[in-house]
Amino acid sequence: MDFFLSLLVKGLTLGCIYALVALGFVLIYKATSVINFAVGEMMMLAGFLITAFVGLYGLPLAAAIGLSLLLMVLFGFVLERGVLRPMIGRPVIGMIMATLGLGIFLRGFAPVMWGVDKKNLDLMLPAQPLRLESIVVPPVDLAGVGITLFLLACFAYFFQRTRSGIAVRAVADDQQAAMAMGIRVSTVFALSWALAGITAVAGGVVWGNKIGVDQYLSLLGLRVFPVVILGGLDSIAGTIIGGLVVGASENIFGGYFDKYVGGGLKDFVPYVLMLLVLMVRPYGLFGREVIERV
Amino acid sequence: MVAAPERPLLQVNNIEVVYNGVVLVLRGVSLQVPQGGIVALLGANGAGKSTTLKAISGLLRPERGEVTKGSIEFMGERIDEKDAADIVRLGIVQVMEGRRVFEHLTTEENLIAGAHIRRDGQIRRDLEMVYHYFPQLKARRNVKAGYLSGGEQQMLAIGRALMSRPKLMLLDEPSLGLAPQLVAEIFDIVVRLNQEEKVTMLLVEQNAMMALQIAGYGYVMEDGRIVLDGDPEKLLNNEDIKEFYLGLSAVGQRKSYREVKHYKRRKRWLS
Ligand SMILES: Nc1ncnc2c1ncn2[C@@H]1O[C@H](COP(=O)(O)OP(=O)(O)O)[C@@H](O)[C@H]1O
Ligand SMILES: [Mg+2]
Repeated sequence: MDFFLSLLVKGLTLGCIYALVALGFVLIYKATSVINFAVGEMMMLAGFLITAFVGLYGLPLAAAIGLSLLLMVLFGFVLERGVLRPMIGRPVIGMIMATLGLGIFLRGFAPVMWGVDKKNLDLMLPAQPLRLESIVVPPVDLAGVGITLFLLACFAYFFQRTRSGIAVRAVADDQQAAMAMGIRVSTVFALSWALAGITAVAGGVVWGNKIGVDQYLSLLGLRVFPVVILGGLDSIAGTIIGGLVVGASENIFGGYFDKYVGGGLKDFVPYVLMLLVLMVRPYGLFGREVIERV
Repeated sequence: MVAAPERPLLQVNNIEVVYNGVVLVLRGVSLQVPQGGIVALLGANGAGKSTTLKAISGLLRPERGEVTKGSIEFMGERIDEKDAADIVRLGIVQVMEGRRVFEHLTTEENLIAGAHIRRDGQIRRDLEMVYHYFPQLKARRNVKAGYLSGGEQQMLAIGRALMSRPKLMLLDEPSLGLAPQLVAEIFDIVVRLNQEEKVTMLLVEQNAMMALQIAGYGYVMEDGRIVLDGDPEKLLNNEDIKEFYLGLSAVGQRKSYREVKHYKRRKRWLS
């Protein structure tokens, strides 16, 4: 039982910080219907920026993170204006390919710029893990959970309660009708990419601290893809639920059965789960249903 | 009595509209909407009514349509080159055909989205104003708009447009698919908004009878042109109108219309 509980808790915390990455997909998909395949790479870029500011330029950590936030927001704006806006009105697949291309570019660019060696992103958290009986939670995971929940709450507030957030959802529903209300679609898109930039920094901080910063950080994008599909591509609540389900199940399955199959269940279970859910709910657990009135 | 020559609120001068760079849909449309009036734009399905409204509101662009000739002036300012977002800010709002509410937003969120351009602090008050005209919407304020009835959605579409505090509202077939009693209710409110809120209306309808009852002036379109215009009395007494628009049920209108149309009659309209 203790073993199970510790696997569960570890899985849930992991799931939470999966959700942090998954947000990068959802923010973009919600407004633009584009699957942003550069999520992992944007996170990697943020991680590189932070470590570079600290390591190469000797900035204090907080300043490095602040500066990276600014740069990633800017990156989101520039990307939208320079690369994606010219594609508005064309088939969405073009933009999706563009994000793929961007990802490949960043994966090549970052190591050339800052080196291939793994860099530490030290958050200077206490080394002492949080213990509760047999359950051990490292501080970094705890910080990750905190940051995730905080961001989720911020975005939930933004989309539900602010006029800009409502405008983003309006664009997601019906672009032309939104234009008819005076909403500038391109501004909404740019805003979404800027928000994705912010989550990339948060993800870069947490995951960079957990596994170090190098080009492999970008692989997390693919890794959390089942989370996004499971939760629903356009649901913020879905990312956290999807994250928790995936994190807990891969950890539990891995913990019990990896020894029989020689490992690797962690990578396999999420995709099986994803397929199972898709069979029952094609829009994911919390994806936007297609409303059909009778 | 000689009326002072007053500039109309909206003036459409001989515009042509092309879709996809090749399909010529409007072939020289001119019309005027006086300040404070209700003007009806009538015509069969496919005549180019919606295209005319979208040309005015700037909504052609996302459909790859373009005004290639002529000009559109609103309060003396040319707007045919402007973005939809800027045109809304000048005071023109379009209620699109088919209602087009934001289905996954609640009724109230739809109204808030309608107030997107507003920078004054009066949005709360105007929500109440909309609920005053459409009490049903207040009862349904927290329901997702996709689950509203057709009539409620049409009310929401009009209420949402009202939230931008427009000077001119372009209404595209508000009666489409609604029961007669609801249509009467909606037309009633259109008149009240015109009188009480001073919103000028350009009303597109296939339901010519209803539209001409509330309009001060009417235009009839066919194949991308205005073929007839005048006071409601004149239009109501016009033989072709009587035959083609008023005597027929909404269903099958176009078919019957085509059947009886012949060259001579066209000529009479054009003369
Ligand atoms: N987006 C579009 N692209 C190409 N052709 C269009 C488009 N929208 C409308 N049309 C064509 O323009 C003509 C007029 O359409 P429309 O303005 O919708 O007429 P109405 O509103 O009077 O029914 C029709 O022949 C229609 O097929
Ligand atoms: Mg139409």
